[in-house]
Amino acid sequence: MRRGPSPFNLVSMTVGFAFLYLPILLLVIWSFNASKLVTVWGGFSTKWYGTLFQNDQLMAAAWVTIRVGLISATLATVLGTLAAVALTRHGAFRGRTLFSGMSYAPLVMPEVIMGLSLLLLFVALGIDRGILTVTLAHTTLTMAYVTVVVQSRLATFDRSLEEAAQDLGATPTRAFWQVTLPNILPAVLAGWMLAFTLSLDDLVIASFTSGPGSTTLPMRIYSQVRLGVSPEINAVCTLLIGAVTIGVICWSIGMKWRERTATPA
Amino acid sequence: MKRTLPRLSALIPYAWLLVFFALPFLLVLRLSLSDSALAIPPYTPRIDWGGGIDGVRAFIDALDFDTYKALVGDSLYFNAYISSLRFALEGTVLALLVGYPMAYGMARCKPGTRSLLLMAVILPFWTSFLIRVYAWVGILKPQGLLNAGLGLLGLPDADLLYTPAAVQIGLVYSYLPFMVLPLYAALEKQDHTLLEAAADLGSPPWKSFWQVTFPLSIPGVIAGCLLCFIPMVGEFVIPDLLGGPGSLMIGRSIWMEFFANRDWPFASAVAIVLLITLVVPIVLYQRQQVKALEAGR
Repeated sequence: MRRGPSPFNLVSMTVGFAFLYLPILLLVIWSFNASKLVTVWGGFSTKWYGTLFQNDQLMAAAWVTIRVGLISATLATVLGTLAAVALTRHGAFRGRTLFSGMSYAPLVMPEVIMGLSLLLLFVALGIDRGILTVTLAHTTLTMAYVTVVVQSRLATFDRSLEEAAQDLGATPTRAFWQVTLPNILPAVLAGWMLAFTLSLDDLVIASFTSGPGSTTLPMRIYSQVRLGVSPEINAVCTLLIGAVTIGVICWSIGMKWRERTATPA
Repeated sequence: MKRTLPRLSALIPYAWLLVFFALPFLLVLRLSLSDSALAIPPYTPRIDWGGGIDGVRAFIDALDFDTYKALVGDSLYFNAYISSLRFALEGTVLALLVGYPMAYGMARCKPGTRSLLLMAVILPFWTSFLIRVYAWVGILKPQGLLNAGLGLLGLPDADLLYTPAAVQIGLVYSYLPFMVLPLYAALEKQDHTLLEAAADLGSPPWKSFWQVTFPLSIPGVIAGCLLCFIPMVGEFVIPDLLGGPGSLMIGRSIWMEFFANRDWPFASAVAIVLLITLVVPIVLYQRQQVKALEAGR
């Protein structure tokens, strides 16, 4: 596989990546269109960004979304990391099959089913729907992603380091904090970022589990999108895409820098 | 201390998943056997804990399979169910046809280019799903970009928005990264000396591909297809934004029953049927996932 791509490979890659990126690119361009019509270019303008920040509903929804995202991603990271450690370290234990099944199932479970089932849980427990219920639901959804990301890192982590620490008298807890955690930290942080973006993105589960006053940004976008394409929504989308892109680029630069400064073993 | 703490650390996520993932499914199952009612919450019966064991018995007696009977008798749901499976199957095959050459080309690039391209496949996954689907509305709508482009070429208009074709485009577009990543992972680690050996033995490149490369990439093909097929079947956003009333899908039916008709028991019954359909692919996917993740243990 080192012969380099053939012309056919190059064409299929170009078509594939164009297919992936063209819609996003067009959306960004339209958000700077002065005209309200998508097909007519009315000149460059940032006026939709101006109106955006005066839209109180949208701003309130954005604030709810950020709070839910921060809290649920943090909870999911703690729980998902614990689950990953349990799955990699604890060999066989009673109920392991059920545990690993539950750990990965949310990755592929249709969101409609998860949303409905969580709603029924909250109704049965008598918890009023609101920011709390959305946060709990998002934690459950996103911890599976954290588990997978952290577990794949743990699988390649040299366990003898942890054993060496314990031989030198560290308790398992201390060995975990001082040896294991610093080593898997990039994966834990990547898991947090993934959980955060998934929470920012989720429409279906939030729709089932939110109540009055806890409308999230995707729910607000969705209700406006159903009325048709609007330049203001294009502007929100562009801001979100920009934030994510900058985050991912910073992340990869950080990783590169880490690799370079890490002392070779 | 030496043993209890690790145990405790496993117990917390375990308990969380039992309460927030497993228990809710039992509630869906229970509700699917109830009747809908004009109440808050809108179903009956509810357990009368004050009535002790008799209350629980009365509750169990009141459960029945009426919703499922109604479901089987309703051709609308049967059609939605069949069309979801068809959409997902076609979408998976199309994603494989588009994704395989992409992943193959990526695997043959230089390592530096490879990691850049890999990043480019992952990046759309980080940007909002809803936004990416919504972008297609602007492209496919009657005065949208597709028709503007076709008009420039002197071709007749294609009204794709709110048709099954639009749903199919949306499905392939949204799930393509899920197909490319496992395929790339399988193709990238292949040993190129195998192909050289095949060539030395006189095999033409296309024959080496079908007899060496493709068979070795089968685990990636299976993983990619499962990762696409399972969520596609239950997809809601894509048929709702891009499909017309004709593009019925089961995820959309659950949503409508729940939010528009407020028939919670019926929505639950539809969800249970969907879940039963997906149990086999989900278990297959999990076994594969466990194998991949615990290989290094």
